[in-house]
Amino acid sequence: MDLHTVTDVVSPAGPGQWRPGDAWLGGGTALFAEPRPRVRRLLDLAAAGWPPITVREDGLEIAATCTVAELFAFTGAPQFEAFHQIARGCCRAFLASFKIWNVATVGGNICSALPAGPMIALTAALEGTCLILGNDGAQRRLPVAALVTGDGRTALAPGELLRSVHLPAWALTGFAAYRQGSLHAHGRSATLLAGRLDTDGSLTLTVTAATFRPYQLRFPTLPTAEVLQVALTNAIPDGGYVSDPHGSAAWRRHLTRRHAEQIRRELAAGPPDGVPGAAGRDAGEDEAPAWR
Amino acid sequence: MAVTVDGVAHPEEPRPGQCLRTYLRERGAYGVKKGCDTGDCGACTVHVDGTPVHSCVYPAFRARGAHVTTVAGLARGDELHPVQQRFLDAQGFQCGFCTPGMIMTVAALSERQRSDLPRSLKGNLCRCTGYRAVADAVAGVRTTGDPAPGAAVGADLPAPAGPRVVTGTARYTFDVDVPGLLHLKVLRSPHAHARIRGIDTAAALAVPGVRGVFTHRDAPARRFSTAQHEHAAEDPADTRVLDDVVRFAGQRVAAVVADTEAAAEEGCRLLLVDYQVLPHVLDPERAMADDAPRLHGDSNVVGSLHDEHGSAEAGLAAADVVYQATFRTPRVQHASLETHGAIGWRDDDGRLVIRSSTQTPFLTRRALSALFDLSADRVRVLSGRVGGGFGGKQEMLVEDLVALAVLRLGRPVKWEYTRAEQFTGATTRHAFAVTMSAGARRDGTLTAMRLRVVADTGAYGNHGPSVMHHGCHESLAVYRCPNKQVDAYAVYTNTVPAGAFRGYGLGQVSFAVESVLDELARRLGMDPVTFRERNVVRSGDPLQAPGAHDDDLTIASYGLDQCLSAIRAAANEPAEPAPAGWLTGDGMAIAMIAAGPPGGHFADATATLLADGRYEIAVGTAEFGNGSTTVHAQIAADTLGTTPDRITVRHADTDLIGHDTGAFGSTGVVVAGRAVLHAARALRDRLLAAAGGEPAVLGVDAVHRAGVRLTLKDLAARAAAPLRGIGHWSGSPRSVAFNAQWFRVAVHPDTGRLVVLRSVHSADAGVVLNPAQCRGQVEGGVAQALGSALSEHLDIDASGQVTTTGFRQYRIPAFADVPRTEVHFARTTDTIGPLGAKSMSESPYNPVAPAIANAIRDAVGVRLTELPFTADRIWAALRTVPSPGR
Repeated sequence: MDLHTVTDVVSPAGPGQWRPGDAWLGGGTALFAEPRPRVRRLLDLAAAGWPPITVREDGLEIAATCTVAELFAFTGAPQFEAFHQIARGCCRAFLASFKIWNVATVGGNICSALPAGPMIALTAALEGTCLILGNDGAQRRLPVAALVTGDGRTALAPGELLRSVHLPAWALTGFAAYRQGSLHAHGRSATLLAGRLDTDGSLTLTVTAATFRPYQLRFPTLPTAEVLQVALTNAIPDGGYVSDPHGSAAWRRHLTRRHAEQIRRELAAGPPDGVPGAAGRDAGEDEAPAWR
Repeated sequence: MAVTVDGVAHPEEPRPGQCLRTYLRERGAYGVKKGCDTGDCGACTVHVDGTPVHSCVYPAFRARGAHVTTVAGLARGDELHPVQQRFLDAQGFQCGFCTPGMIMTVAALSERQRSDLPRSLKGNLCRCTGYRAVADAVAGVRTTGDPAPGAAVGADLPAPAGPRVVTGTARYTFDVDVPGLLHLKVLRSPHAHARIRGIDTAAALAVPGVRGVFTHRDAPARRFSTAQHEHAAEDPADTRVLDDVVRFAGQRVAAVVADTEAAAEEGCRLLLVDYQVLPHVLDPERAMADDAPRLHGDSNVVGSLHDEHGSAEAGLAAADVVYQATFRTPRVQHASLETHGAIGWRDDDGRLVIRSSTQTPFLTRRALSALFDLSADRVRVLSGRVGGGFGGKQEMLVEDLVALAVLRLGRPVKWEYTRAEQFTGATTRHAFAVTMSAGARRDGTLTAMRLRVVADTGAYGNHGPSVMHHGCHESLAVYRCPNKQVDAYAVYTNTVPAGAFRGYGLGQVSFAVESVLDELARRLGMDPVTFRERNVVRSGDPLQAPGAHDDDLTIASYGLDQCLSAIRAAANEPAEPAPAGWLTGDGMAIAMIAAGPPGGHFADATATLLADGRYEIAVGTAEFGNGSTTVHAQIAADTLGTTPDRITVRHADTDLIGHDTGAFGSTGVVVAGRAVLHAARALRDRLLAAAGGEPAVLGVDAVHRAGVRLTLKDLAARAAAPLRGIGHWSGSPRSVAFNAQWFRVAVHPDTGRLVVLRSVHSADAGVVLNPAQCRGQVEGGVAQALGSALSEHLDIDASGQVTTTGFRQYRIPAFADVPRTEVHFARTTDTIGPLGAKSMSESPYNPVAPAIANAIRDAVGVRLTELPFTADRIWAALRTVPSPGR
């Protein structure tokens, strides 16, 4: 929709230009989807020309302006199997269509900080660290799981911008699995969980969408079903679950337990053949009625 | 050169905060539609340098230097793009408002994406079709036919507007360029109930570009109802254009009119309103209490019905099995893809002209005339193609304020709702609570039906009493039961007003009735179809339900037996075994609906021979995807012995003909169609007479008499005045149509997820005048009902604010949510409806929710009584039983 109060666009924009009334602009699909009567100026990051995904020895560097479509199409680092095992599934977990993916950005999705933000699930599950640039030129780094502090809330200070997310190589070389739960087929995520089994045998489970903010549970070795369930109870208070038109808190809590166990079993069974994310089938869509 | 649109370079720079959608529309690219403005519905889809995007969330400045293709630029000259042709061949649209975006999306799909439409089309919402026709279009299925002269009725004639719909050139309400147009925006109340002590407009008026601010001080003192009925007395006159008391959060408080939407919005933000907050009541049961805050007058009960046939008490006592439960249906929104809105201006004669997204142009003219003391000939109301209605536009929600602004400012004024305003400031389906007891004897004979019905009409009574009465009629009258008792209340609450909605109360009450009857059959160990057969009305039976109902309703054709047989046949077909871990079940329900509202529904029509030998039909009823225009062309073509392509239908304009009650109450075929039939017959008689009378024969382009051929062109040229036939119908007597729905569902007991395995619908529409189109109406009705059965609920928080204000929070069915429905038509011929036809537009909606409820009950053993059945609610209900299963 038209943002009628906007009087200026700075394009491309960068650190140091922000002032009160400004909004960082990624793809615009979130910013332009709601009235923003306080926004006076758009600071366009998409025009900055940052390379979307950089493959490095120490991992993947994903620019905040990388579009979801670019992420979905990325096949440049086959050695980072865990990334490929869940990246496409997390893209598909968007309620938004592939046409939105052409424009929406990874950074925009993270900074919107919605519980259902699937780029939060992906990057948090893979130990993503945000590179944050302050208005004064200062840099700081923060895990994705710590950047998102609540429904629509982040740890970003006014004027700070998300430059990129770094996924460390050590988190990309094990294997990963995810589960999405929704009230509707291809609907908005009510739960989005991702598990990662690293080469050292440790398991990290990331819970998103069901909760106001991401929760991460770490196990030095693959836990038993019972240990996993107890850990979920201890880690996530009942008040931590979202209740809204996309699902009740009790149901989300139940699905979280169910999906966590499914992920645990899938990871316990060993690495899957091939790269499921590339195959087009949604291994992670809970009880997808494939038999129809 | 800033942006190239469909090959034309436009030098105008986009505004800084502008989205591409409005930039394109300001360049005249009206094929780019606003459905949501939030990136969810896809109606605005265009290609930017070949990449499909939702232009409503695409920053316009980013398109600088780009080539943008809209639906209007897709065709190569006169040759349609293959996707456009396919949407035409399969009639992959009804109102067509979503179609440009649908076509632009499909045109961009890869082969692989085309093979997974549930996923690929999740960003394209259609409210009319139920998506089967869309799937057929993508697959290249042709469902249309080209009828021979005189054989149009019964053929699958495509909609005459089809070529315009698929090229984006069909003109909807806002697709006009009006020079000097001002824009209206309203400030809406943040309080559920408040008195306005004062409004300081100074700061708003000081905004550059603001031309006027209107408050209750500027509004006529006269009260009216936003509901539009032939008899205005049906609805309480409880509404002002702008009031000094606001009765729901979202009610309009003041209007700002300005050169731009930006200035109008800025003006709204600067209005200073002094509210005296009043106590509010949100729950209708609470609202009936003695100590509840009052909204209007002495009582919050705006309509009631207390009546009994026989003795329900005695009937229940005589029953072998009795069941009672309370059933609840929430508010749901029509969610037509085109929002409410209107453009008003004064024409060259100084007349007030309102172009509106309305189902009732003539009644709206009458209402405006009364409100502003203008004679009817000083007001013209018309509509373009309307982007979906579903009852929501049987209401004057915007025209009054637009008229006020036009009359005061003397300038053209436009007011277009946002999608959020559709939820906060339009109308909803009435939320009902129905407590029903019923009893039956061991042999399956119904002995009593007793209902207590509470309908929440919200802050204003538009349609409230009528929906309550109608809801309690055909839902009960379809059963032969000597003892029926109804106590019903339509109640004011401080919530967004309810209004007319497809089914008009029947769906809510049928949800209770059909659920209770299913439970009785189950407890008697009787097949639900057999139970219905024991108890339904039959041909020749009177139609009886408690209450004072018009006695012009009769069974003028009876196909309910055929509908039930089709359901039995479906249920008896072998089913594939359920996948492991899923529970499956079957359920069915029936519905009956009057073919037209009570108390008269009037239509005038004319049929005129044009100078070129073709015909023009003029009729008042509006076209919003219901397809009445198609059927009118078919009726006229056969009557005049020609082909539909030689007939132009003009409609929905108060300048065209005398009167038309409107496109509501399932009347497009049975009332307006009958008027067209009469007009065409009258013209035929005139043509034959002009050629010398009997034994003249009317051919496609000439009248033949005794071996002499007199062309229609010559006849037209010879006539001193245009040769015209006039037709009229008053909508009485009325017949009834029947529907039955059957589902097989699977439910996952640990997640609550529900999947429809099979959907069968049988309908008695009398003689089906256009099978392909009628099938589309049925499919669309089932799909919309699946939305209310499985996902939709408009929520209100404790302060009275609507919290579901967009398509992300309020889920209407997407492609993935709608199963294919097999449609079977009964073979009947109605003795009242035109050419034997009956209504088939609202009614397919009504049996769907109870059929799903009954299937779930069959699958998991739990009776669900509150809509919608979302997975979380099904899961929660399953927690209440020890082990789910039969």
